[in-house]
Amino acid sequence: MRRRDFINIAAVSFAGVGAVVVALPLIDQMNPSADVLALASTEVDLSAIQPGQAIKTTFRSQPLFVRQLTEKEIAEADKVDPSTLRDPQTLEERTVDGKKQWLVTMGVCTHLGCVPLGAGEGENRGEFGGYFCPCHGSSYDTAARIRKGPAPKNLEVPKYSFTSDTAILVG
Amino acid sequence: MSFPWAEHYTPKHPVMQWVDEKLPLPRLVYNAIGAGYPVPRNLNYFWNFGVLAGVALVIQIVTGVIMAMHYGANDLVAFGTVEQTMRDVNAGWLMRYAHANGASFFFIVVYLHIFRGLYFGSYKAPREMVWLLGLVIFLLMMATAFMGYVLPWGQMSYWGAKVITGLFGAIPVVGEPIQTWLLGGFAPGNASLNRFFSLHFLLPFVIAGVIILHIWALHIPGSSNPTGVEVKGPQDTVPFHPYYTAKDGFGVGVFLILFAIMLFFAPNYLGHPDNYIEANPLSTPAHIVPEWYFWPFYAILRAFTVDFFFVPAKLLGVLAMFASILLLFFLPWLDTSPVRSGHYRPTFKAFFWLLMFDVLILGYCGGAPAEEPYVMISQVAAAYYFAHFLIILPLIARFEKPLPLPGSITESVLAKYAKADGETAAVPAE
Repeated sequence: MRRRDFINIAAVSFAGVGAVVVALPLIDQMNPSADVLALASTEVDLSAIQPGQAIKTTFRSQPLFVRQLTEKEIAEADKVDPSTLRDPQTLEERTVDGKKQWLVTMGVCTHLGCVPLGAGEGENRGEFGGYFCPCHGSSYDTAARIRKGPAPKNLEVPKYSFTSDTAILVG
Repeated sequence: MSFPWAEHYTPKHPVMQWVDEKLPLPRLVYNAIGAGYPVPRNLNYFWNFGVLAGVALVIQIVTGVIMAMHYGANDLVAFGTVEQTMRDVNAGWLMRYAHANGASFFFIVVYLHIFRGLYFGSYKAPREMVWLLGLVIFLLMMATAFMGYVLPWGQMSYWGAKVITGLFGAIPVVGEPIQTWLLGGFAPGNASLNRFFSLHFLLPFVIAGVIILHIWALHIPGSSNPTGVEVKGPQDTVPFHPYYTAKDGFGVGVFLILFAIMLFFAPNYLGHPDNYIEANPLSTPAHIVPEWYFWPFYAILRAFTVDFFFVPAKLLGVLAMFASILLLFFLPWLDTSPVRSGHYRPTFKAFFWLLMFDVLILGYCGGAPAEEPYVMISQVAAAYYFAHFLIILPLIARFEKPLPLPGSITESVLAKYAKADGETAAVPAE
């Protein structure tokens, strides 16, 4: 190799690596900032939620649905053979052990992110009795699993734990 | 490059001569849009829309820079500052309505400009680069319009941002990190609003830059014309100025009249009432649709309702929507017919109008609620859209027998006026 070629390649490579290193912070600045990440956990009080009722709260500035299922809703969810579902999961897998009546999900349709109806009193709960997304017609069942419409996944269950019998910590 | 018979710039005033030696900017303008640019003599009014798109961009930049003087890019105040611009700022209502309706008019003239290109085969060699750069401008316009619509921070703004960035979430593995990166959070928020404002301010100037490349690429072969027959000699052209500056000036007048009618008598006709409600992350509007100029693409997005093999319906919809535009980048090589103008291609002409009808149907379905029969209609219409470009156009190019072309632009013009005068005289030989 000629000395001149070596110098040329070395100089351009050095500048190239430098450009990539400089690009990293320029790209990373667009990721969530510390103050956004700081809101990453939420405590929810369950004591006022009656069976058959749901509340809408926020987690990471997105809607969170907390629902106490009725016996009938639990039975309906258990009746379904998970292998027939688009995103196969049982109600047990979507709830905490021994707290099967507490269904905690994100209120974000897995299609394009609209807020499904069904958490409020008297809202349309779709043909499977869970949640119904008005944007593109996705229907979720009583375990908030996708049953019909364009959404690919069940409503997401965030990571959470019971801090007492009537309170959960999400996130 | 220009035709050898183009008029030469010869400044007479000593000051202009002095400028021409130091910085030949007046010479550039003279050769680009002055008497120094020879243009086919037979352009019809469809050739006005390029200039009209330029006028629309200028309106958007002027009103937009003014809007930015009164706008606060923060999720706590954004909605309020837009309302304040409307109510309290002197002529603020005029600026905002002009900017909002200006966006619609920009898309109207650009769509007509694109359809002109499709019908008259303007995308064919040697003008492929003009077409490709035009599509880049179109994509930049779509990005700019989307981000601009988020800025008032109303309900449609917020949910539009959520749904459109949600499209990226459909991409396997990297989708969700990309979505979070675009938004600067897990849902649209202050970070998203700020960056959209920054980019919404930047992109129009990028568009202006690409327009310069678009015109540069156009001026190498020169403008096409309704016959699609290339210029053969000086008798086929007239200087851009004064002939087409005058014709374009008339077009601009008509455009401004229509714009003013919309602006002063129906400023909210193309908008959505929901966007006058401040963004609420906990409640989705009942009927969420994008602005009208995105409807055909939105219909293609929603046309996919079932999974196909292992590809989820959501990803298919997203891929189809992007493909519907990216497909146009291959158009110069899909339509292999050597005849440019649709005037001389009977089969192509019929299918061109069918495509226009198909796009209108898609547009209608995109604006309609996501229920039957619209879903089924948009599935058929989306399938036809792709079939038109991928199957029908290549087949037509192969089997169609075009009508005889005129020998030159001049010949076609003289034949037309001979007919108009009621003469039966044959086309004069050259």
